[in-house]
Amino acid sequence: MNEHLHIWLVPLLPFVGFLLNGILGSRLPRRLTTTIGILAPLGSLLLVLNAAAGSMISAPAGCPDCGSVSAISLPYTENCPFPWLAIGPIHVDFSLVLDQLSLVMLLVVTGVGFLIHVYSVGYMRHDPGYARFFSYLNLFLFFMTVLVLAGNVLLMFVGWEGVGLASYLLIGFWFQKKTAADAGKKAFIVNRIGDFGFLIGIFLLLTNFGTLTFYKINVGLALGPTMHGGILTVICLCLLVGAAGKSAQLPLYVWLPDAMEGPTPVSALIHAATMVTAGVYMIARTHFLFDRSPFALAVVAIVGAATALFAATIGLAQNDIKRVLAYSTISQLGYMFLACGVAAYSAAIFHLVTHAFFKALLFLGAGSVIHAMGDEQDMRKMGGLREKLPVTFWTMTAAVLAIIGFPGFAAFFSKDAILYAAFLQGTLGKILWFVGLVTALLTALYMFRLWYMTFFGETRTPDANPHECPWSMRIPLVILAILSICGGWIGMERLSNYLARSVGVHRAANPGSIGLELLLTLAAVAVALEGWLIADKYYRRRPERPAELAAAMPGGYKLIANKYYIDEIYGAVIVKPLLALSKYILGWIIDTAILGGTAWLLAGIATFTGMILQRWQSGNLRSYAAWLAAGAVAVLIFLLLSSHWPYLDFAIAWRGWPLKR
Amino acid sequence: MTFLHSDVPLNWYLLLSAVLFSLGVIGFLIKRNLITVFMSIELMLNAVNLSFVTFAYQWNAVKGQIFVFFVMMVAAAEAAVGLAIIIAVFRARATLAVDRIDLMKL
Repeated sequence: MNEHLHIWLVPLLPFVGFLLNGILGSRLPRRLTTTIGILAPLGSLLLVLNAAAGSMISAPAGCPDCGSVSAISLPYTENCPFPWLAIGPIHVDFSLVLDQLSLVMLLVVTGVGFLIHVYSVGYMRHDPGYARFFSYLNLFLFFMTVLVLAGNVLLMFVGWEGVGLASYLLIGFWFQKKTAADAGKKAFIVNRIGDFGFLIGIFLLLTNFGTLTFYKINVGLALGPTMHGGILTVICLCLLVGAAGKSAQLPLYVWLPDAMEGPTPVSALIHAATMVTAGVYMIARTHFLFDRSPFALAVVAIVGAATALFAATIGLAQNDIKRVLAYSTISQLGYMFLACGVAAYSAAIFHLVTHAFFKALLFLGAGSVIHAMGDEQDMRKMGGLREKLPVTFWTMTAAVLAIIGFPGFAAFFSKDAILYAAFLQGTLGKILWFVGLVTALLTALYMFRLWYMTFFGETRTPDANPHECPWSMRIPLVILAILSICGGWIGMERLSNYLARSVGVHRAANPGSIGLELLLTLAAVAVALEGWLIADKYYRRRPERPAELAAAMPGGYKLIANKYYIDEIYGAVIVKPLLALSKYILGWIIDTAILGGTAWLLAGIATFTGMILQRWQSGNLRSYAAWLAAGAVAVLIFLLLSSHWPYLDFAIAWRGWPLKR
Repeated sequence: MTFLHSDVPLNWYLLLSAVLFSLGVIGFLIKRNLITVFMSIELMLNAVNLSFVTFAYQWNAVKGQIFVFFVMMVAAAEAAVGLAIIIAVFRARATLAVDRIDLMKL
């Protein structure tokens, strides 16, 4: 009963956009570049919306030939007619699977992606690399949709690596700046570590299940109900390493703050809304594995909670507006991991969706502020922008209220669902819930700090002339603000019922109740408001107070402001020894001495032989002829004498040939 | 046809051919003038031709005679091209001494 949805066009359209803009971009008029760059994601979005509408309208009962209005039954699979890999018993195809989970994710990716493309038209207007930027954005969208739609782990890995590539290209978009180029490399290398784990996980899946298709792995698990822990835990932990790399969790989070060197729309699209949530999506996609391994789940939850708290504390003392948001992203991703770790996958996806709305909005708002201040990112030089940038101010306010979980706003519903799910998971769950609650306090604190420092008080750079951004930037801001407010109104109940067929039903260890949920919600809201009050006191009423506090505990403040010296520790413990190993042992001994020495030796032999043989090449025609004649004479003598050398069989054979006819 | 059938033995033809060929080789080696060198080559070719037809006649085989036609054809073509090259070389360098035409030397 499935009608053809042409899901394969969803990744393909951005890819065509990438090719057109990437190859012809610099020669096309800017208007055409814009059209191509915008139409590609718009086409994908419309296809996804069509699929969503098709799958959600239910067919009237007893109407077998209602055709176009009948529901598309999910999961819906599209296979490429050609096999990709067929190696012995292993078969991997280009198969795209649309189910509830990938549909929700696709809506976010193409929807938010489209809005950010529109925003980029205004933001990147004066950039000489305009076409290149759009081709990279389209390339990212291609790989991201492949990642989401992939029906097997290997195809997902292709998308996974591809978004890493796009991320690298876009972080280092302004590659003339050394910091940007370095940040790109850092992101790529740290992601390699995670991808290594993912790859090991893929190999283990292949050896243990003999297939990489998600559906078949699930079936394989269902056929072995006694399969628990052990190898599954190892697989899950490998996948977790991959997810932690891509989603910037402890200990592989270090690349994300540096990734802010990229243009702001990139930070919004890749490093807030979509790519960094790929890890969460991957865990939800392979949830049937994690469900069998309580240990791996606990590790996921602890990593998530630790990251959430850790990143939030760093976020308190950052002065770069985008870096605050970067640490906030890491912290919110920690929430999603926490939710995955307590097997509340639909809560994780719910937070993923709302987070995509409000964090993209925060980044785009920050981009608008940076744009208005003439590329100034330091919050200490902002202030008093409320009247100058009304649209940005009000949309950012919506986003800030959304992220702290103000009642009625998006994250109020999703964060509440996560904390509630965590609280129901025994003692560990209660600890995780408490960590989540403290993080909520810190979240409110650093978000309102950003809000007050940017928009309130006196302006700190009087000669700046801030101006509101163009329409192409304002419209996405407003749409995302509306989504940040209303995004949570779907409600946890409805979403988890919808996702149940993809990610299973969440089973809590302890039975919950409406009263408990209400109580926890009240606690979370109270904590968030407390955070607001503290921020209000310190950053609006007594702006001199934070500096005094920092002076009172110089050690603690320096520790946080310097991000716990994690970069320095990694540098000393991992990077420096590796560099030394590469430079001295691999570089000097192996490369220069052994490999280089061998090459030099071979070259020396050739040169020496050549030096001797080149004497023959005198350039004298007659000497060549003489050598030729001498050779002919030598052959003749040999043939004549060979009659006395009967053991030279071939010569005898030759001599006998012309006489025997 | 008949005179070959008469008393002249096969070896004489072959001997003549060998002498002509050797003369060609010697001329090629000791002469400095490019045109003389070229003529020596022609001499060698024709010496070989002679032994070809001799054997062909001796064994009543037509292959050798066909081969001679090929050789003559190639020699004609070679003469055309070779003389053209010689003229070009002379125009460019104003000399035909082979020892001085050594641009290919390292």
